[in-house]
Amino acid sequence: MPRMTYREAVRSALREALQTNPRVFLMGEDIGRYGGAYACSKGFLDEFGPERIRDTPLCESTFVGAGIGAALGGMRPIVEIMTVNFSLLALDQIVNGAATLRHMSGGQFSVPLVIRMATGGGRQLAAQHSHSLEVWYAHIPGIKVVAPATVTDARYMLGLALQEPDPVIVFEHALQYPMEGNLDESPPQDLFRAAVRRAGNDVTVVTYGGSLWKCLQAADQLAEQGIQAEVIDLRSLRPLDMDTVLTSLKKTHRAVIVDEGWRTCSLAAEISAQIMERGFYDLDAPVARVCSAEVPIPYARHLEEAALPRVERIVATIKELLAHHE
Amino acid sequence: MVTTGAISAREQSHGLLRHMLRIRRFEEKSAELYSAGKIRGFLHLYIGEEAVAAGAIPLLGADDAIVSTYREHGHALVRGMSAGTIMAEMYGKANGCSRGRGGSMHLFDAALRFYGGNAIVAGGLPVAVGLALADQMQGHPRVTACLFGDGAVDEGEFHESLNLSALWKLPVVFLCENNLYAMGTALERHEAQTQIYAKADAYGMASAIVDGMDVLAVHQAMQVAVDHIRAGKGPYLLEARTYRFRAHSMYDAELYRSQDEVNEWKHRDPITLFTTKLQQESLLTDAELAEMEAQIAAEVAAAVAIAEAGPWEPVEDLLKDVYTCPA
Repeated sequence: MPRMTYREAVRSALREALQTNPRVFLMGEDIGRYGGAYACSKGFLDEFGPERIRDTPLCESTFVGAGIGAALGGMRPIVEIMTVNFSLLALDQIVNGAATLRHMSGGQFSVPLVIRMATGGGRQLAAQHSHSLEVWYAHIPGIKVVAPATVTDARYMLGLALQEPDPVIVFEHALQYPMEGNLDESPPQDLFRAAVRRAGNDVTVVTYGGSLWKCLQAADQLAEQGIQAEVIDLRSLRPLDMDTVLTSLKKTHRAVIVDEGWRTCSLAAEISAQIMERGFYDLDAPVARVCSAEVPIPYARHLEEAALPRVERIVATIKELLAHHE
Repeated sequence: MVTTGAISAREQSHGLLRHMLRIRRFEEKSAELYSAGKIRGFLHLYIGEEAVAAGAIPLLGADDAIVSTYREHGHALVRGMSAGTIMAEMYGKANGCSRGRGGSMHLFDAALRFYGGNAIVAGGLPVAVGLALADQMQGHPRVTACLFGDGAVDEGEFHESLNLSALWKLPVVFLCENNLYAMGTALERHEAQTQIYAKADAYGMASAIVDGMDVLAVHQAMQVAVDHIRAGKGPYLLEARTYRFRAHSMYDAELYRSQDEVNEWKHRDPITLFTTKLQQESLLTDAELAEMEAQIAAEVAAAVAIAEAGPWEPVEDLLKDVYTCPA
């Protein structure tokens, strides 16, 4: 299996989209001459030209809206918003526009738009550059939300997203770009199916995106202590593949959700509610959540570490859960 | 007057008048049906502003696109949407243009390239920019017309969209229907620079201002704008000064303006002005006007009948069309 970084996987996916579909073009801030804030499109300006690699002014709302218009007009735009933090400036276009147009027009218009954005904390960038607001978008009917957590998914989920006739938001955790992983030989076929990343019988760990590697590390530590955690990577946040979660729960009877968003009104809260609704009688212990502390993410390293989900906290939470109803 | 080919000044002026009258009578009926409880939600009437739609929109070709606002019945009618499909939409019926999912503020027609019906002030401008971008990238010689009110000029998206479209020389005409009020806030209370067209200078964009109560003036100004764009000279901002005679939505106390002011503007009713002009120039007889009114009355009555007879969308279809392909 070839090894590559997450960034290389994203680049490879973007390049393939540009090479295979003449209607695909990239649009966003500093994606061209600068090469992308995370270097995902470095060199593309020379390779594909300024018509298809479009540096925009700093106007998130308008270049996202222009992406909607271009999609309506027959193009296949991939819009990059530098980070989820800046996407708040484009919320109206995404929520009132892209998400509503099909239904509000009685099914007349599809908006085949892909929006990529980096998310997450962990780089000492303080409160305005460390948000994990995936759940805000996962709340909205009319858009689909995915979060590739592995190199293979980073390489292939974009292509699947581009086959969708509806708006898809792709979240890439900013810490992941330099991380290396194996590229599987067989590409995933389904954009919206969760994946069991590690099998186990003792506890189900539900996570996604940039928290996956933390959960896998936690599972490794627990395995040394004889605890086998089953780690589920949701991959898609809307729709949610709860069947995979509930199937696992029937085996483990315990669930921990690890989500870098704040706990209140989080994706973890939604998953927990669905487990209660559909898997209540399979539970041997209350569902546990490991989320970010309810605080704007601070700058100082020790405080930021304390605010975000950590491997030790995941391990401790799982051990508490297992001790709970032995 | 701009005349093309074999169309006579008489025919063309009758066309402009007919558009205005259709809007006026359709809107009057809509108000009546609102009071009767047949139409609910918000209903923003275009009465007083008819010359803008009637003068500008006929200059767009079938391949061109329109992005509109929540005060868009007139735009839709002139673009060619049937009065019946619009009325049915306002009734919330399944034979409405948006299958009853949109209502008055969200009229859509894919075949006519009518992209709504956007009820977020200025929300349509970026979408129009994108439609124009798609045309430019695909080599389509089309124009996208984006209509919005003076309130939209306050929003950041107005400035962002002018900047981006000028930067990329996109084929879009921004048509500001300046009715002097952003809902209830007068122009001089919401804009530091009240000459909206002048803002285009800051973006290196061509622009003009026109009397929006004069349908011929609007027609000529829009012709200049569209010619400019079709000649590949980039986007254009056209400000039409107009006035709504009715409340912002169906009812408001109108505490923000005086009855004298409203009456003064009503003396400049675009339909009265144009009718008088045509009669003075012997381009319209009383009989022709009466016939036109009769035809329009029949059209509006037929639209109401279509809406009345239309079916309700089955509740089982509630979740239909949230996605093209539900996952």
